[in-house]
Amino acid sequence: MGILVENISKSYKNVAAVKDISFEVKPGELYGLIGPDGAGKTTLFRILTTLLVADKGQAKVAGYDVVQDYKNIRHSVGYMPGRFSLYQDLTIEENLNFFATIFGTSIEENYDLIKDVYEQIEPFKNRRAGKLSGGMKQKLALSCALIHKPKVLFLDEPTTGVDPVSRKEFWEMLKRLQQKDITILVSTPYMDEAALCDRIALIQEGKILEIDSPEAIVKKIPKKIYDIYASNMYGLLTALKDFEHAHSVFPFGEFVHYTDKREGFDSNELKIYLENKNLQDVSISLTEPDIEDVFMELSRK
Amino acid sequence: MKEENVIISKGLTKRFGGFTAVDAITFEVKKGEIFGFLGANGAGKTTAMKMLIGISNPTGGEAMVAGFDVHTQQDAIKKNIGYMSQKFALYDDLTVAENITFYGGIYGLSRKQIREKRTKLIETLGLGEIAHQLVGSLPLGWKQKLAFSVAMLHDPQIVFLDEPTGGVDPITRRQFWEMIYKAADKGTTIFVTTHYMDEAEYCHRVSIMVAGKIEALDTPKKLKEQFEVSSMNDVFLRLARNIE
Repeated sequence: MGILVENISKSYKNVAAVKDISFEVKPGELYGLIGPDGAGKTTLFRILTTLLVADKGQAKVAGYDVVQDYKNIRHSVGYMPGRFSLYQDLTIEENLNFFATIFGTSIEENYDLIKDVYEQIEPFKNRRAGKLSGGMKQKLALSCALIHKPKVLFLDEPTTGVDPVSRKEFWEMLKRLQQKDITILVSTPYMDEAALCDRIALIQEGKILEIDSPEAIVKKIPKKIYDIYASNMYGLLTALKDFEHAHSVFPFGEFVHYTDKREGFDSNELKIYLENKNLQDVSISLTEPDIEDVFMELSRK
Repeated sequence: MKEENVIISKGLTKRFGGFTAVDAITFEVKKGEIFGFLGANGAGKTTAMKMLIGISNPTGGEAMVAGFDVHTQQDAIKKNIGYMSQKFALYDDLTVAENITFYGGIYGLSRKQIREKRTKLIETLGLGEIAHQLVGSLPLGWKQKLAFSVAMLHDPQIVFLDEPTGGVDPITRRQFWEMIYKAADKGTTIFVTTHYMDEAEYCHRVSIMVAGKIEALDTPKKLKEQFEVSSMNDVFLRLARNIE
Protein backbone atom coordinates (compact mmCIF):
# COMPACT_ATOMS: atom_id res chain seq x y z
CA MET A 1 0.00 0.00 0.00
CA GLY A 2 2.93 2.31 -0.54
CA ILE A 3 3.95 4.03 -3.75
CA LEU A 4 5.31 2.48 -6.92
CA VAL A 5 6.76 4.70 -9.65
CA GLU A 6 7.87 3.11 -12.94
CA ASN A 7 9.66 5.03 -15.69
CA ILE A 8 7.69 8.22 -15.27
CA SER A 9 8.50 11.10 -17.65
CA LYS A 10 6.84 14.48 -18.02
CA SER A 11 7.68 17.47 -20.20
CA TYR A 12 6.22 20.96 -20.39
CA LYS A 13 6.53 22.15 -23.99
CA ASN A 14 10.24 21.63 -24.61
CA VAL A 15 11.35 21.43 -20.98
CA ALA A 16 11.72 17.90 -19.58
CA ALA A 17 10.73 18.20 -15.91
CA VAL A 18 10.87 14.50 -14.97
CA LYS A 19 13.03 12.06 -16.93
CA ASP A 20 12.33 8.33 -16.66
CA ILE A 21 12.08 8.17 -12.88
CA SER A 22 11.45 4.92 -10.98
CA PHE A 23 11.33 4.24 -7.24
CA GLU A 24 9.30 2.43 -4.63
CA VAL A 25 8.09 3.60 -1.24
CA LYS A 26 7.30 0.76 1.13
CA PRO A 27 4.16 0.84 3.27
CA GLY A 28 4.75 2.82 6.45
CA GLU A 29 7.99 4.30 5.18
CA LEU A 30 9.06 7.93 5.66
CA TYR A 31 10.64 8.63 2.28
CA GLY A 32 12.42 11.82 1.28
CA LEU A 33 12.78 13.38 -2.16
CA ILE A 34 15.81 15.57 -1.72
CA GLY A 35 16.73 18.15 -4.32
CA PRO A 36 16.84 21.86 -5.16
CA ASP A 37 14.22 24.02 -6.89
CA GLY A 38 13.59 22.84 -10.43
CA ALA A 39 14.56 19.21 -9.74
CA GLY A 40 11.09 17.96 -10.69
CA LYS A 41 9.78 17.24 -7.19
CA THR A 42 6.51 19.12 -7.53
CA THR A 43 5.77 17.62 -10.96
CA LEU A 44 6.21 14.17 -9.47
CA PHE A 45 3.89 14.99 -6.56
CA ARG A 46 1.23 16.27 -8.94
CA ILE A 47 1.41 13.10 -11.01
CA LEU A 48 1.13 10.88 -7.93
CA THR A 49 -1.79 12.85 -6.52
CA THR A 50 -3.59 12.53 -9.92
CA LEU A 51 -3.52 16.26 -10.66
CA LEU A 52 -1.28 15.80 -13.69
CA VAL A 53 -0.96 12.97 -16.22
CA ALA A 54 2.52 11.70 -17.04
CA ASP A 55 3.70 11.49 -20.66
CA LYS A 56 5.20 8.07 -20.11
CA GLY A 57 5.41 5.39 -17.46
CA GLN A 58 3.04 4.29 -14.74
CA ALA A 59 2.55 4.72 -11.04
CA LYS A 60 0.53 3.20 -8.24
CA VAL A 61 -0.40 4.81 -4.97
CA ALA A 62 -1.94 2.78 -2.13
CA GLY A 63 -2.46 0.00 -4.66
CA TYR A 64 -4.35 2.15 -7.19
CA ASP A 65 -3.21 3.18 -10.66
CA VAL A 66 -2.82 6.96 -10.89
CA VAL A 67 -4.70 7.15 -14.19
CA GLN A 68 -7.36 4.41 -14.09
CA ASP A 69 -8.19 4.57 -10.37
CA TYR A 70 -7.68 8.25 -9.81
CA LYS A 71 -10.91 8.62 -7.83
CA ASN A 72 -9.86 6.00 -5.31
CA ILE A 73 -6.50 7.68 -4.91
CA ARG A 74 -8.11 11.01 -4.13
CA HIS A 75 -9.94 9.36 -1.22
CA SER A 76 -6.84 7.58 0.03
CA VAL A 77 -4.17 10.26 0.01
CA GLY A 78 -3.49 13.55 1.76
CA TYR A 79 -1.61 16.26 -0.12
CA MET A 80 0.02 19.33 1.29
CA PRO A 81 1.21 21.43 -1.66
CA GLY A 82 4.25 23.68 -1.43
CA ARG A 83 2.18 26.80 -1.80
CA PHE A 84 -0.44 27.49 0.89
CA SER A 85 -3.72 26.52 -0.79
CA LEU A 86 -6.39 26.78 1.87
CA TYR A 87 -9.19 29.33 1.98
CA GLN A 88 -7.71 32.56 3.32
CA ASP A 89 -11.16 33.99 4.16
CA LEU A 90 -12.24 31.00 6.22
CA THR A 91 -11.15 30.52 9.82
CA ILE A 92 -8.95 27.66 10.97
CA GLU A 93 -11.97 25.68 12.14
CA GLU A 94 -14.02 26.43 9.00
CA ASN A 95 -11.18 25.26 6.74
CA LEU A 96 -10.83 22.03 8.66
CA ASN A 97 -14.59 21.45 8.73
CA PHE A 98 -14.78 22.11 5.01
CA PHE A 99 -12.17 19.46 4.18
CA ALA A 100 -13.71 16.98 6.62
CA THR A 101 -17.14 17.43 5.03
CA ILE A 102 -15.82 17.02 1.48
CA PHE A 103 -14.39 13.67 2.47
CA GLY A 104 -17.60 12.66 4.25
CA THR A 105 -16.15 12.73 7.73
CA SER A 106 -15.98 15.09 10.70
CA ILE A 107 -13.32 16.68 12.88
CA GLU A 108 -14.51 14.61 15.86
CA GLU A 109 -14.26 11.31 13.99
CA ASN A 110 -10.56 11.64 13.20
CA TYR A 111 -9.56 14.02 15.97
CA ASP A 112 -7.20 11.43 17.34
CA LEU A 113 -5.05 11.57 14.20
CA ILE A 114 -4.75 15.34 13.97
CA LYS A 115 -4.72 16.05 17.72
CA ASP A 116 -0.94 16.35 17.99
CA VAL A 117 -0.78 18.99 15.25
CA TYR A 118 -4.16 20.67 15.66
CA GLU A 119 -3.85 21.26 19.41
CA GLN A 120 -1.11 23.79 18.73
CA ILE A 121 -3.38 26.00 16.62
CA GLU A 122 -6.74 25.22 18.24
CA PRO A 123 -6.59 28.26 20.58
CA PHE A 124 -6.76 30.39 17.41
CA LYS A 125 -9.48 28.39 15.66
CA ASN A 126 -11.62 31.47 15.00
CA ARG A 127 -8.82 33.31 13.24
CA ARG A 128 -8.91 33.56 9.44
CA ALA A 129 -6.32 31.45 7.65
CA GLY A 130 -5.03 34.50 5.77
CA LYS A 131 -4.03 36.11 9.07
CA LEU A 132 -1.89 33.22 10.33
CA SER A 133 1.88 33.11 10.65
CA GLY A 134 3.87 30.78 8.36
CA GLY A 135 4.28 28.14 11.04
CA MET A 136 0.56 28.13 11.88
CA LYS A 137 -0.46 27.92 8.23
CA GLN A 138 1.82 24.93 7.87
CA LYS A 139 0.15 23.18 10.82
CA LEU A 140 -3.33 23.95 9.53
CA ALA A 141 -2.44 22.64 6.06
CA LEU A 142 -1.13 19.43 7.62
CA SER A 143 -4.30 19.05 9.71
CA CYS A 144 -6.45 19.46 6.59
CA ALA A 145 -4.34 16.92 4.68
CA LEU A 146 -4.86 14.40 7.50
CA ILE A 147 -8.51 14.90 8.36
CA HIS A 148 -9.81 12.03 6.20
CA LYS A 149 -7.26 9.58 7.59
CA PRO A 150 -5.23 9.05 4.41
CA LYS A 151 -3.13 5.96 3.81
CA VAL A 152 -0.45 7.93 2.02
CA LEU A 153 0.60 11.48 2.81
CA PHE A 154 2.33 13.75 0.27
CA LEU A 155 4.17 16.76 1.65
CA ASP A 156 5.74 19.06 -0.92
CA GLU A 157 8.45 21.18 0.70
CA PRO A 158 6.58 21.62 3.99
CA THR A 159 9.57 23.30 5.66
CA THR A 160 10.86 25.67 2.97
CA GLY A 161 11.48 29.11 4.45
CA VAL A 162 10.79 27.81 7.96
CA ASP A 163 13.33 28.49 10.72
CA PRO A 164 15.40 25.62 12.21
CA VAL A 165 13.37 25.38 15.42
CA SER A 166 10.01 25.04 13.69
CA ARG A 167 11.55 22.66 11.16
CA LYS A 168 12.74 20.39 13.95
CA GLU A 169 9.27 20.39 15.55
CA PHE A 170 7.65 19.62 12.22
CA TRP A 171 9.87 16.58 11.70
CA GLU A 172 9.11 15.35 15.21
CA MET A 173 5.41 15.50 14.26
CA LEU A 174 6.08 13.51 11.07
CA LYS A 175 7.88 10.81 13.04
CA ARG A 176 4.84 10.45 15.31
CA LEU A 177 2.46 10.29 12.33
CA GLN A 178 4.54 7.53 10.84
CA GLN A 179 3.77 5.44 13.94
CA LYS A 180 0.10 5.58 12.93
CA ASP A 181 0.63 3.52 9.78
CA ILE A 182 0.75 6.36 7.32
CA THR A 183 3.17 6.17 4.40
CA ILE A 184 4.83 9.55 3.95
CA LEU A 185 6.54 10.99 0.87
CA VAL A 186 8.14 14.33 1.71
CA SER A 187 10.27 16.64 -0.40
CA THR A 188 12.79 19.15 0.88
CA PRO A 189 15.69 21.27 -0.35
CA TYR A 190 17.32 21.08 3.12
CA MET A 191 19.86 18.28 3.05
CA ASP A 192 20.09 18.09 6.85
CA GLU A 193 16.48 16.88 6.93
CA ALA A 194 17.38 13.94 4.72
CA ALA A 195 19.01 12.24 7.71
CA LEU A 196 15.59 12.00 9.37
CA CYS A 197 14.03 9.86 6.60
CA ASP A 198 14.06 6.05 6.39
CA ARG A 199 15.20 6.25 2.80
CA ILE A 200 15.93 9.09 0.43
CA ALA A 201 16.11 9.71 -3.30
CA LEU A 202 18.52 12.48 -4.34
CA ILE A 203 16.99 14.23 -7.33
CA GLN A 204 18.28 16.90 -9.68
CA GLU A 205 17.18 18.17 -13.10
CA GLY A 206 14.45 15.55 -13.37
CA LYS A 207 16.70 12.59 -12.67
CA ILE A 208 17.36 10.47 -9.61
CA LEU A 209 21.03 10.53 -8.67
CA GLU A 210 20.90 7.89 -5.94
CA ILE A 211 18.48 6.02 -3.67
CA ASP A 212 19.31 4.53 -0.27
CA SER A 213 19.08 5.01 3.47
CA PRO A 214 20.78 8.20 4.71
CA GLU A 215 23.40 6.09 6.53
CA ALA A 216 24.22 4.03 3.43
CA ILE A 217 24.20 6.91 0.98
CA VAL A 218 27.06 8.76 2.64
CA LYS A 219 29.24 5.65 2.34
CA LYS A 220 28.96 5.78 -1.44
CA ILE A 221 31.33 8.67 -1.81
CA PRO A 222 34.58 7.29 -3.24
CA LYS A 223 36.82 10.15 -2.09
CA LYS A 224 38.20 10.94 1.33
CA ILE A 225 37.01 14.31 2.56
CA TYR A 226 39.19 16.69 4.54
CA ASP A 227 38.12 19.59 6.75
CA ILE A 228 40.46 22.47 6.09
CA TYR A 229 40.56 25.60 8.21
CA ALA A 230 42.37 28.90 7.91
CA SER A 231 41.64 32.26 9.46
CA ASN A 232 40.89 33.87 6.08
CA MET A 233 38.10 31.90 4.40
CA TYR A 234 38.16 33.66 1.04
CA GLY A 235 41.94 33.41 0.80
CA LEU A 236 41.71 29.72 1.67
CA LEU A 237 39.08 29.02 -1.00
CA THR A 238 41.06 30.82 -3.68
CA ALA A 239 44.30 29.08 -2.74
CA LEU A 240 42.71 25.62 -2.69
CA LYS A 241 41.06 26.14 -6.08
CA ASP A 242 44.46 27.05 -7.51
CA PHE A 243 46.05 23.90 -6.06
CA GLU A 244 46.78 21.60 -9.00
CA HIS A 245 45.67 18.39 -7.26
CA ALA A 246 42.31 19.69 -6.00
CA HIS A 247 39.32 17.55 -7.00
CA SER A 248 36.63 19.53 -5.19
CA VAL A 249 36.64 22.59 -2.92
CA PHE A 250 33.45 23.57 -1.10
CA PRO A 251 32.85 25.81 1.91
CA PHE A 252 31.19 23.85 4.73
CA GLY A 253 30.38 25.91 7.78
CA GLU A 254 33.61 27.14 9.33
CA PHE A 255 35.67 24.67 7.24
CA VAL A 256 36.30 23.95 3.59
CA HIS A 257 35.58 20.39 2.46
CA TYR A 258 38.41 19.31 0.21
CA THR A 259 39.00 16.20 -1.90
CA ASP A 260 42.22 15.42 -3.73
CA LYS A 261 42.58 13.95 -7.22
CA ARG A 262 45.33 11.56 -6.19
CA GLU A 263 45.14 8.25 -4.35
CA GLY A 264 47.96 9.00 -1.95
CA PHE A 265 47.39 12.40 -0.40
CA ASP A 266 49.89 14.03 1.92
CA SER A 267 48.22 16.65 4.09
CA ASN A 268 51.61 18.11 5.07
CA GLU A 269 52.33 19.02 1.48
CA LEU A 270 49.03 20.90 1.23
CA LYS A 271 49.61 22.58 4.59
CA ILE A 272 52.98 23.89 3.44
CA TYR A 273 51.42 25.08 0.17
CA LEU A 274 48.71 26.98 2.07
CA GLU A 275 51.14 28.50 4.54
CA ASN A 276 53.28 29.70 1.63
CA LYS A 277 50.17 31.53 0.44
CA ASN A 278 50.27 33.50 3.71
CA LEU A 279 47.30 31.70 5.26
CA GLN A 280 47.26 31.48 9.03
CA ASP A 281 46.05 28.91 11.60
CA VAL A 282 45.91 26.26 8.89
CA SER A 283 44.56 22.88 9.99
CA ILE A 284 43.73 19.79 7.91
CA SER A 285 41.86 16.77 9.22
CA LEU A 286 39.95 13.84 7.78
CA THR A 287 36.17 14.11 8.20
CA GLU A 288 32.99 12.10 7.62
CA PRO A 289 31.01 13.01 4.49
CA ASP A 290 27.42 14.16 4.89
CA ILE A 291 24.53 14.00 2.47
CA GLU A 292 25.35 17.36 0.94
CA ASP A 293 28.84 16.09 0.05
CA VAL A 294 27.26 13.11 -1.71
CA PHE A 295 24.77 15.30 -3.53
CA MET A 296 27.49 17.63 -4.78
CA GLU A 297 29.80 14.82 -5.82
CA LEU A 298 27.02 13.08 -7.77
CA SER A 299 25.67 16.21 -9.39
CA ARG A 300 29.11 17.27 -10.68
CA LYS A 301 29.13 14.44 -13.19
CA MET B 1 43.45 50.32 9.18
CA LYS B 2 40.77 52.07 11.17
CA GLU B 3 37.68 49.98 11.75
CA GLU B 4 34.78 51.94 10.45
CA ASN B 5 31.18 51.18 11.41
CA VAL B 6 28.77 51.37 8.49
CA ILE B 7 25.68 50.40 10.46
CA ILE B 8 25.13 51.76 13.96
CA SER B 9 21.84 50.91 15.63
CA LYS B 10 20.97 52.24 19.10
CA GLY B 11 17.76 51.05 20.70
CA LEU B 12 16.02 50.81 17.33
CA THR B 13 12.36 49.97 17.95
CA LYS B 14 9.19 49.35 15.97
CA ARG B 15 5.79 49.06 17.58
CA PHE B 16 2.57 48.17 15.79
CA GLY B 17 -0.15 49.28 18.21
CA GLY B 18 0.42 47.34 21.39
CA PHE B 19 2.81 44.86 19.76
CA THR B 20 6.55 45.48 19.79
CA ALA B 21 7.98 43.79 16.70
CA VAL B 22 11.51 45.12 17.16
CA ASP B 23 12.43 45.84 20.76
CA ALA B 24 15.34 48.28 21.21
CA ILE B 25 18.05 46.55 19.20
CA THR B 26 21.60 47.87 19.55
CA PHE B 27 24.50 46.72 17.38
CA GLU B 28 27.21 47.86 14.97
CA VAL B 29 28.41 46.42 11.67
CA LYS B 30 31.92 47.14 10.40
CA LYS B 31 32.99 47.99 6.87
CA GLY B 32 33.72 44.83 4.88
CA GLU B 33 32.08 42.60 7.46
CA ILE B 34 29.75 39.69 6.63
CA PHE B 35 27.07 40.08 9.27
CA GLY B 36 24.53 37.28 9.73
CA PHE B 37 21.14 38.42 10.98
CA LEU B 38 19.36 35.35 12.27
CA GLY B 39 16.12 34.60 14.07
CA ALA B 40 13.06 32.39 14.02
CA ASN B 41 10.08 33.23 11.77
CA GLY B 42 8.27 36.13 13.40
CA ALA B 43 11.24 37.20 15.55
CA GLY B 44 11.29 40.63 13.90
CA LYS B 45 14.13 40.27 11.37
CA THR B 46 12.19 41.55 8.36
CA THR B 47 10.76 44.51 10.28
CA ALA B 48 14.24 45.45 11.51
CA MET B 49 15.69 45.13 8.03
CA LYS B 50 12.94 47.32 6.57
CA MET B 51 13.87 50.10 8.96
CA LEU B 52 17.56 49.78 8.12
CA ILE B 53 16.98 50.01 4.37
CA GLY B 54 14.80 53.07 4.76
CA ILE B 55 11.36 51.74 3.85
CA SER B 56 9.81 51.66 7.32
CA ASN B 57 9.83 54.38 9.97
CA PRO B 58 11.14 53.40 13.40
CA THR B 59 8.89 54.24 16.34
CA GLY B 60 11.86 54.59 18.69
CA GLY B 61 15.64 54.58 18.92
CA GLU B 62 18.08 55.59 16.24
CA ALA B 63 20.27 54.13 13.54
CA MET B 64 22.83 55.31 11.02
CA VAL B 65 23.21 53.30 7.81
CA ALA B 66 26.07 54.11 5.43
CA GLY B 67 26.41 57.38 7.31
CA PHE B 68 22.77 58.41 7.00
CA ASP B 69 19.97 58.67 9.55
CA VAL B 70 17.08 56.18 9.23
CA HIS B 71 14.65 58.83 10.52
CA THR B 72 15.49 61.71 8.23
CA GLN B 73 17.70 60.53 5.33
CA GLN B 74 15.92 57.49 3.97
CA ASP B 75 16.44 58.48 0.33
CA ALA B 76 20.19 58.86 0.82
CA ILE B 77 20.27 55.40 2.44
CA LYS B 78 18.54 53.82 -0.54
CA LYS B 79 21.16 55.27 -2.90
CA ASN B 80 24.01 53.87 -0.86
CA ILE B 81 22.83 50.33 -0.27
CA GLY B 82 21.87 47.33 -2.37
CA TYR B 83 18.99 45.00 -1.52
CA MET B 84 18.09 41.55 -2.70
CA SER B 85 15.37 39.20 -1.48
CA GLN B 86 14.51 35.63 -2.27
CA LYS B 87 10.95 36.45 -3.22
CA PHE B 88 11.51 39.32 -5.59
CA ALA B 89 14.71 40.30 -7.24
CA LEU B 90 14.50 40.56 -11.03
CA TYR B 91 11.85 40.90 -13.71
CA ASP B 92 11.11 37.49 -15.21
CA ASP B 93 9.82 38.90 -18.49
CA LEU B 94 12.85 41.05 -19.19
CA THR B 95 16.07 39.56 -20.55
CA VAL B 96 19.30 39.39 -18.56
CA ALA B 97 20.67 42.47 -20.36
CA GLU B 98 17.39 44.39 -20.00
CA ASN B 99 17.26 43.74 -16.25
CA ILE B 100 20.77 45.13 -15.84
CA THR B 101 19.94 48.19 -17.93
CA PHE B 102 16.69 48.75 -16.03
CA TYR B 103 18.28 48.58 -12.58
CA GLY B 104 21.25 50.66 -13.71
CA GLY B 105 18.71 53.35 -14.67
CA ILE B 106 16.91 53.05 -11.33
CA TYR B 107 20.21 53.47 -9.49
CA GLY B 108 20.89 56.61 -11.54
CA LEU B 109 23.92 55.39 -13.49
CA SER B 110 24.79 57.12 -16.77
CA ARG B 111 24.27 55.32 -20.09
CA LYS B 112 28.00 54.88 -20.43
CA GLN B 113 28.31 53.44 -16.93
CA ILE B 114 25.41 51.08 -17.56
CA ARG B 115 26.96 49.87 -20.81
CA GLU B 116 30.30 49.22 -19.13
CA LYS B 117 28.76 47.49 -16.12
CA ARG B 118 26.54 45.35 -18.32
CA THR B 119 29.41 44.12 -20.47
CA LYS B 120 31.60 43.41 -17.46
CA LEU B 121 28.89 41.67 -15.44
CA ILE B 122 27.77 39.43 -18.30
CA GLU B 123 31.38 38.47 -18.87
CA THR B 124 32.21 37.80 -15.19
CA LEU B 125 29.13 35.66 -14.67
CA GLY B 126 29.70 33.84 -17.97
CA LEU B 127 26.24 34.81 -19.21
CA GLY B 128 27.32 35.77 -22.74
CA GLU B 129 25.24 33.14 -24.50
CA ILE B 130 22.08 33.83 -22.57
CA ALA B 131 22.29 37.61 -22.22
CA HIS B 132 19.22 37.95 -24.42
CA GLN B 133 17.14 35.22 -22.81
CA LEU B 134 14.29 36.06 -20.47
CA VAL B 135 15.30 35.89 -16.83
CA GLY B 136 12.21 33.75 -16.14
CA SER B 137 13.74 30.91 -18.15
CA LEU B 138 16.92 30.73 -16.05
CA PRO B 139 17.46 28.22 -13.22
CA LEU B 140 16.90 29.70 -9.75
CA GLY B 141 20.61 29.59 -8.90
CA TRP B 142 21.51 31.71 -11.91
CA LYS B 143 18.77 34.18 -11.12
CA GLN B 144 20.05 34.61 -7.59
CA LYS B 145 23.65 35.12 -8.70
CA LEU B 146 22.52 37.67 -11.24
CA ALA B 147 20.26 39.38 -8.70
CA PHE B 148 23.16 39.72 -6.28
CA SER B 149 25.33 41.32 -8.96
CA VAL B 150 22.50 43.65 -9.94
CA ALA B 151 22.07 44.69 -6.29
CA MET B 152 25.71 45.80 -6.43
CA LEU B 153 25.57 47.62 -9.79
CA HIS B 154 25.89 51.05 -8.16
CA ASP B 155 28.82 49.99 -5.92
CA PRO B 156 26.86 50.34 -2.69
CA GLN B 157 28.64 50.42 0.68
CA ILE B 158 26.30 47.80 2.11
CA VAL B 159 24.27 44.99 0.53
CA PHE B 160 21.26 43.58 2.36
CA LEU B 161 20.42 39.99 1.43
CA ASP B 162 17.14 38.54 2.67
CA GLU B 163 17.32 34.73 2.48
CA PRO B 164 19.22 34.82 -0.82
CA THR B 165 19.83 31.07 -1.10
CA GLY B 166 16.48 29.47 -0.16
CA GLY B 167 15.80 26.42 -2.37
CA VAL B 168 19.07 26.80 -4.30
CA ASP B 169 21.09 23.63 -4.97
CA PRO B 170 24.11 23.03 -2.72
CA ILE B 171 26.77 23.77 -5.34
CA THR B 172 25.20 27.02 -6.51
CA ARG B 173 24.59 27.99 -2.87
CA ARG B 174 28.33 27.76 -2.29
CA GLN B 175 29.17 29.64 -5.48
CA PHE B 176 26.84 32.33 -4.21
CA TRP B 177 28.75 32.52 -0.93
CA GLU B 178 32.01 32.78 -2.81
CA MET B 179 30.58 35.88 -4.50
CA ILE B 180 29.73 37.22 -1.05
CA TYR B 181 33.28 36.60 0.23
CA LYS B 182 34.71 38.28 -2.82
CA ALA B 183 32.52 41.36 -2.37
CA ALA B 184 33.39 41.56 1.34
CA ASP B 185 37.07 41.16 0.52
CA LYS B 186 36.79 44.30 -1.62
CA GLY B 187 35.27 46.24 1.27
CA THR B 188 31.53 45.85 0.64
CA THR B 189 29.59 45.18 3.83
CA ILE B 190 27.18 42.23 3.69
CA PHE B 191 24.09 42.04 5.90
CA VAL B 192 22.45 38.67 5.36
CA THR B 193 19.57 36.59 6.73
CA THR B 194 19.37 32.83 6.23
CA HIS B 195 17.72 29.68 7.55
CA TYR B 196 20.72 27.55 6.61
CA MET B 197 22.74 27.27 9.78
CA ASP B 198 25.90 26.20 7.94
CA GLU B 199 25.72 29.60 6.23
CA ALA B 200 25.66 31.25 9.63
CA GLU B 201 29.13 29.78 10.12
CA TYR B 202 30.34 31.63 7.02
CA CYS B 203 29.59 34.99 8.62
CA HIS B 204 32.19 37.01 10.49
CA ARG B 205 29.68 37.80 13.20
CA VAL B 206 26.14 36.66 13.79
CA SER B 207 23.23 38.14 15.74
CA ILE B 208 20.25 36.06 16.80
CA MET B 209 16.90 37.72 17.35
CA VAL B 210 14.29 36.21 19.64
CA ALA B 211 10.91 37.88 20.11
CA GLY B 212 12.07 41.30 18.89
CA LYS B 213 15.33 41.43 20.86
CA ILE B 214 18.90 40.58 19.93
CA GLU B 215 19.66 37.78 22.37
CA ALA B 216 23.15 36.90 21.15
CA LEU B 217 25.80 38.61 19.03
CA ASP B 218 29.33 37.39 18.41
CA THR B 219 31.54 35.42 16.06
CA PRO B 220 30.19 31.92 15.31
CA LYS B 221 33.20 30.47 17.15
CA LYS B 222 32.57 32.44 20.34
CA LEU B 223 28.82 31.78 20.24
CA LYS B 224 29.50 28.04 20.08
CA GLU B 225 31.90 28.36 23.03
CA GLN B 226 29.43 30.45 24.98
CA PHE B 227 26.63 27.91 24.59
CA GLU B 228 29.00 24.93 24.77
CA VAL B 229 27.74 23.36 21.56
CA SER B 230 29.44 22.23 18.35
CA SER B 231 27.33 23.93 15.66
CA MET B 232 25.40 27.13 15.01
CA ASN B 233 22.30 25.00 14.59
CA ASP B 234 22.57 24.02 18.25
CA VAL B 235 23.20 27.62 19.31
CA PHE B 236 20.02 28.58 17.47
CA LEU B 237 17.96 25.78 19.00
CA ARG B 238 19.22 26.65 22.50
CA LEU B 239 18.26 30.29 22.21
CA ALA B 240 14.90 29.83 20.59
CA ARG B 241 13.91 26.95 22.85
CA ASN B 242 14.92 28.67 26.09
CA ILE B 243 12.55 31.50 25.51
CA GLU B 244 9.50 29.25 25.46
